[in-house]
Amino acid sequence: MPAEPSNTEIGYPRVKNHLSRFSNEIMPPVLLIGFVLFAWQIFASRSGLSDFILPSPSQIIRAGWETRALLAGSIAITMLETILGLAIAIVFGLLIAGAMDLSPVVRRAFYPILVASQTVQILAIAPLFIIWFGFGLLPKVIIVVLICFFPLAVSTADGLASADADLVALLITMGAKRGQIWRMVRLPSALPSFFSGLRIAVTYSVVGATIGEWVGGSAGLGLYMLRSKNALATDQVFVAIAITTGISIGLFLLITLIERAMLPWYYAARRAEQWEQAGIY
Amino acid sequence: MMFETNPAQSAVSVPKVELRDISKTFSGDVETVRALTNISLSVAAGEFITLIGPSGSGKSTLLNLIVGLSEPDSGEINIDGEKYDRRADKVAYMPQRDLLMPWRTILENVIIPLQLKGIPDAQAHTQATELLPLFGLGGFASALPFHLSGGMRQRAAFLRTILMEREILLLDEPFGALDALTRRELQDWLLELWRRFQQTVIFITHDVEEALYLGDRVIVLSPRPGKIIHTLEVALPRPRRQGMIALPDFGRQVTELLDALGVAI
Repeated sequence: MPAEPSNTEIGYPRVKNHLSRFSNEIMPPVLLIGFVLFAWQIFASRSGLSDFILPSPSQIIRAGWETRALLAGSIAITMLETILGLAIAIVFGLLIAGAMDLSPVVRRAFYPILVASQTVQILAIAPLFIIWFGFGLLPKVIIVVLICFFPLAVSTADGLASADADLVALLITMGAKRGQIWRMVRLPSALPSFFSGLRIAVTYSVVGATIGEWVGGSAGLGLYMLRSKNALATDQVFVAIAITTGISIGLFLLITLIERAMLPWYYAARRAEQWEQAGIY
Repeated sequence: MMFETNPAQSAVSVPKVELRDISKTFSGDVETVRALTNISLSVAAGEFITLIGPSGSGKSTLLNLIVGLSEPDSGEINIDGEKYDRRADKVAYMPQRDLLMPWRTILENVIIPLQLKGIPDAQAHTQATELLPLFGLGGFASALPFHLSGGMRQRAAFLRTILMEREILLLDEPFGALDALTRRELQDWLLELWRRFQQTVIFITHDVEEALYLGDRVIVLSPRPGKIIHTLEVALPRPRRQGMIALPDFGRQVTELLDALGVAI
């Protein structure tokens, strides 16, 4: 008697796909991180190294828990600086990108300055902002804006310029005005590049805010880090590192989610391309 | 009958599109390219002209001139006997690439000309939706372009061109990128639409059989600088049928065109 076509056989591929996605993409990094943390814990506790040289993961977690009240306030301040700076950088970045796209003169004037501005060391100019604007929120926000502005402006300008010239010509034959071409072609074409720039900007933004606080702050994760270092509280330094990293990753994921929601056509088309390319024809 | 020409009438009627002694040269940094020289061509209303020539013979340049994306160095272009400043208002141009916006659905793509005319979206949707089945796109209104095959994308691009609602269509190798079978299918479909909408068509191709199969008249352009070196009044009855390509008459005309193009026979 032939084996009956069971339901499990039909259901199998679906379940397998979910399982394989999990085991292919999520399991390897999780396992690796788990292994590193485990090895670190064993090494820190067995090697006899002093706590302020290398605290163990469990000790870092304990240090974070013990300073949770201070940490909560610091995280709030750093997040505020980061979000404000990012928001302002997005506004300015889009304005400059738009101006560069509309006017070649503006583009020639700004582009080299934008690139050159990125070679200026933030650590060198951060103290200047502290001198000029004090120890409050403003200098940190300015530093975040300076760091995030460049990738946003340049990638958006490139995105606007990447609009299909043939498509623009076609719309002109249909009688489209300049503003309509902008709205219908240039802006949608620029969105994927804008988001690439935003993802880079977001990962830098937390670093920018922390540097500002480190150089001269009255609150925030940078100051927490500085004080912990001065007190040789190495475990707390690690706490700050872990939290700033966590915030960066969180923001990155948030942007990616927004991007996927806003550009379904872009991801759908890219997936389709990958399907087409998979194989030798 | 629509295209039965009355000799007395056609003698006095004004050509739909008239090119008079058109020349066009492109001056680059490195070299100067003479794209077209002394092109004169008269196209009657409702006529289907096919334009054939080797790569670089200025076929696309000619369409760009007619639509007004660039201006000829000398000569003049008349539509309905008049010189218009904005010829684009009179002709619909369809380039070889479908140029569908990947972020817009098929329906949103085809209504672009209507939107640009300021027609409200709801009305544009209704107007376009009615035509989708005729273009083999029924049920694909909300599909994104990448979901569609090359042939379907080209049909969507063609519907977008039709919705420009012009009496003259300039088609630049619309089937150039399609496989041979899809291409034949779309040729018949195009002829059927042409019968229905009665536009004047100027159709570029570099496929001799396609030029013969579709056109009332085939115009042969020389290699650069492009000039008209041969005109063939196609001796095939309408409506055309794919079976006609096996007729001796068809073969004779293919030979005539190949000869004009300088292809060894």
